Amino acid sequence: MNKRIYYGLYGLIVILLVLPFVVPNNFYLDLAVRMAINAIIVIGLNLLIGFAGQISLGHAGFLGIGAYASAVLPMHFGWHPVTAMLTGALASALLAALVAKPIFKLKGHYLAMATLGLGIIINIALRNEAQWTGGPDGMPVMPMALFGFEIGSDRQWYWVVAALLVLTVWGSLNLIDSPFGRALRALHGSEVASQVVGVNVARYKVSIFVLSAFSASIMGSISAHYIGFISPNFADFFHSIELVTMVVIGGMASVYGSIVGAVLLTALPQALATFEGWETVAFGAILMLCMIFMPRGLVPTLAARFSKGDDK
Amino acid sequence: MSLLEVKDLSIHFGGVKAVQNVSFSIDSGIVYSVIGPNGAGKTTLFNLITGVYTPTSGEIRLDGEIIQGKSPDELARRGMARTFQNLQICMNMSAIENVMVGAHLRLDRNLFKAMLRLPALKRRDEALREEAAGLMEFVGLGEYVGARADAMSYGALKRLEIARALAMKPRLIFLDEPAAGLNPKETQEVDHLVRKVADSGITVVLVEHDMKMVMNLSDRILVLDYGRRLAEGTGQEVRANPDVIAAYLGTHA
Repeated sequence: MNKRIYYGLYGLIVILLVLPFVVPNNFYLDLAVRMAINAIIVIGLNLLIGFAGQISLGHAGFLGIGAYASAVLPMHFGWHPVTAMLTGALASALLAALVAKPIFKLKGHYLAMATLGLGIIINIALRNEAQWTGGPDGMPVMPMALFGFEIGSDRQWYWVVAALLVLTVWGSLNLIDSPFGRALRALHGSEVASQVVGVNVARYKVSIFVLSAFSASIMGSISAHYIGFISPNFADFFHSIELVTMVVIGGMASVYGSIVGAVLLTALPQALATFEGWETVAFGAILMLCMIFMPRGLVPTLAARFSKGDDK
Repeated sequence: MSLLEVKDLSIHFGGVKAVQNVSFSIDSGIVYSVIGPNGAGKTTLFNLITGVYTPTSGEIRLDGEIIQGKSPDELARRGMARTFQNLQICMNMSAIENVMVGAHLRLDRNLFKAMLRLPALKRRDEALREEAAGLMEFVGLGEYVGARADAMSYGALKRLEIARALAMKPRLIFLDEPAAGLNPKETQEVDHLVRKVADSGITVVLVEHDMKMVMNLSDRILVLDYGRRLAEGTGQEVRANPDVIAAYLGTHA
């Protein structure tokens, strides 16, 4: 169908290839890695929120499961980091599958509350199991090694997350424009209409929740290895909200919007750091203005402006 | 054996008996209409048969198999399609995608194949797009093939729902007031469209208020009033039935 949607992916690849050679120093490279990690998480979350029309206010919980699997299993049990990462992701997926069935019977505010509760429960578990997790103080994470080759420098991590980002964007664009993706968007548009054409609504909601939890968990693991230290704050409510804000600002149901949202909201606190104490206020004001003037999010609003007359 | 058999079907919402002991059967290949004053229980009856509601009591059989209590997606698998009185169009999708989603059950819906964009899946989707465009042509929406759903008029959306239902390749289609809110010219076009659908071999069950259209199309008619079966028969039988006349026109005191 719309081959033009893939143009953005080619543009993204070019930017990612050029970026490490034009950034002035490691500070910006580090920022780019964190942006890419957030972008991948936010794309997964946007499949759930923007495309399928469900909500999760507890997604940082899955980040936490992945991050702590990668911290605890190699440290205390001597597991290989890759095995630990995959175990964490499978545990997240399993947990997501178990809770999804009852949770997605709920709608709107109730669903938001239930997912919020899930995230908080995970966070409390991480805080309280201090003998394994170091409790509120957090714990160091051993370095990631692939085939005996240690990934340590910012530059190495950059290439890893850049490749993952490209794969995630490609896979998500494919998914959206497929029978599975259409069913997902249809149940967002009208649940009863999708049911009567044969969509098993519950199964689709569970699948996409599990997929986004799996993706978040993997990225939680990667974040943990990248930063080398992990604390429960990484899995707390505020981080969940931050991720949802990235989805909303960038644009619901827009893969590229997710990237823009992640890039802006990862950079914004840095850019506002000069306001000294007022950065939270400025941050909030910018978010409010975005919501008032671009309620659909940046990318869909701008896309609509530029393609006027294209549509019938 | 009839295609669809309904026996003593009832549903109560609290104290409201929306449908009470309704029985009828529909033979394969006919146009069967359900009429009655507003609030008679016509849409409730549709919702019961298509699995949106679960009946309080009674029995529904499709091809002899008991189907009450089955979910709408299980009934879709058995060849049942429907449209809605209050439009149920996915406004977050393009018009043609709304039709394509109707073919959901005929497609490979695997998540991983979709993410990898396997060529076989892609080719099937391209073919479906052509088929969906053909269906839009069939219901008279040829000019909207490239349109977004939220840019279409009410009358066009009503037909888009029919196209989506047809994309399922159903045996049985339930049309809930396809002509409601349409002007006389559009009504006539829908009349022709329903005839075309019936001629293609699909059994049509119709709820409609436009009596000219009902009398013109229907092989048999069921009349409901206050959730009860008032009369059933051919158009002429129903028209001559004194109970029906009383319900529609009122009686002398």
